[in-house]
Amino acid sequence: MIRALIALSAVLLTAMPLCAQVAAGTETAPAKPPEQIVAGLSRDNIGITTSFDGSQILIYGAIKRQAPEPEDQKLAVIVTLEGPLGPVLIRRKSREFGIWVNTASVGVASAPSYYAVATSGPLDQILDRRVDVQQRISVPMAMRAFSGPLLVQNTQPFTQAMIRIRERQGLYQLETGGVRLVENTLFRADFSLPANLTEGEYKTRIFLLRDGKLVDQYQSAISVNKVGLERWLYMLSHQHAALYGLLSLAVAVIAGWAAAAIFRFIR
Amino acid sequence: MQIYLPIAEVSVNMFTLLGLGGIVGLLSGLFGVGGGFLITPLLFFIGIPPAVAVATGANQVVASSVSGVLAQLKRKAVDIPMGLVLLVGGLLGSASGIYVFNLLTRLGQIDLAVQLCYVVFLGGIGVLMFLESLRTMRRQRTGGVRKKRNPHSWAHKLPFKFKFRASGLYISVIPPLLVGVLVGVLAAIMGVGGGFIMVPAMIYLLHMPTKVVIGTSLFQILFVSAFTTLMHAITNQTVDVMLALLLIAGGVVGAQIGSRMGAKLKAEQLRILLALLVIVVALKLGADLVITPHDIYSIASGGHA
Repeated sequence: MIRALIALSAVLLTAMPLCAQVAAGTETAPAKPPEQIVAGLSRDNIGITTSFDGSQILIYGAIKRQAPEPEDQKLAVIVTLEGPLGPVLIRRKSREFGIWVNTASVGVASAPSYYAVATSGPLDQILDRRVDVQQRISVPMAMRAFSGPLLVQNTQPFTQAMIRIRERQGLYQLETGGVRLVENTLFRADFSLPANLTEGEYKTRIFLLRDGKLVDQYQSAISVNKVGLERWLYMLSHQHAALYGLLSLAVAVIAGWAAAAIFRFIR
Repeated sequence: MQIYLPIAEVSVNMFTLLGLGGIVGLLSGLFGVGGGFLITPLLFFIGIPPAVAVATGANQVVASSVSGVLAQLKRKAVDIPMGLVLLVGGLLGSASGIYVFNLLTRLGQIDLAVQLCYVVFLGGIGVLMFLESLRTMRRQRTGGVRKKRNPHSWAHKLPFKFKFRASGLYISVIPPLLVGVLVGVLAAIMGVGGGFIMVPAMIYLLHMPTKVVIGTSLFQILFVSAFTTLMHAITNQTVDVMLALLLIAGGVVGAQIGSRMGAKLKAEQLRILLALLVIVVALKLGADLVITPHDIYSIASGGHA
């Protein structure tokens, strides 16, 4: 441990320009980067209650340095928030016999149900394309492999459509300038989660970049769960489907009977 | 006030749902129909996933038919043997309807199938009802005599005859069974009780007296939609009890106001209004099929190509 630290400081002192390269290399190098992210979340779990109407998340942090800041390289921070992954089916309609029918489809094995990217500057200026591909940062990168046999020639319009539709629903978003960087040391990003959230682990990632190259990254998770009545009903409907069905019927029958009884009473 | 629906997984304004239930209840009180044919498309419209809308629609129909059938039983306007025959057909129809529903969901054609069913059946019934009411009104104005229905139809030549005392009919069980099957299939696919199909079928195909038609159809609808709800809950987990409860709460109030308003209007006027309403819904859904959609792409989570 101590030897590693000494080695690290030696590297830091003698070969400053190398640092960026070392850090940007791969995640396999456990060497401490010259600049590190120290971060926190305003909350680490979100409960979906009956009155749930979206939620605000604040992700904040600071950049810890062992050495003076390199002056010639531009610093940038990107924060991403990614909902649980799931398969998605994208369908295309075409006009058949005068009416619009779903005729083609493309399956995506896994795509996040929610994906938001906040950056401290325009993505094409602060993020190297290779780093984007490697770390899957920008919105189009969020989609994973296709599933099933591909029956269409060109899948691109389908995946673009998925992103477009989810952007329209507020599920996928890119917020350029959404990360506020103060004095190149403190940063914060605000996310507002929509009301139609899926349950699961929401992964937050923070990327620290210099001249488009990765210097450090940080990961954490927020768990989003239904709580109380919502959870109870959801679990019941999946684990004891027959019982849940009978419960729904009982609710309907009692409500119908009560309505008839009250109606008679009023008259 | 927003409310998060646990199964639909969307957040909807509570008063929108109460209001929706209220409007449908008002119409069902006014016209004596379950209102399922209105609630399911309206739920699509406010962003409830189609599968949830259909299953929950069926659950809502249970509530409205319970309160209807109780009132009809009191008036002895339910032909229970006939209801049971229709019910057997209905359960067969509902089970196969659920199968077809799941198959179409996998093929990605469920929305189309539901819309086509609505356009064809609602449109057809609406036009028939409209023409029939116009004819009745004209006849009343000219003071003509009602043509007596011919009770000896093809239904009398079939085997397995049975005496339906309350309806005063001695006919084969096959025609009511088939009517039941058709209504069951529609109930499962469209999330409706099927009253708007069954009532005309009972009057024009089975020649049942009008006074037992509503009660008997409600009796059958009650059990078929209960079965449909249960099947959707078990096979698809798409019944949202929270959504159903809000719709029912609104519907109960609406139905009371509706039946009071209905008492002040003439039967023919009511029928014409209902016919127009049905035609409007069918036209709206038909237009959606023909007009170029806003986005020709759509996404469905889960499932495979």
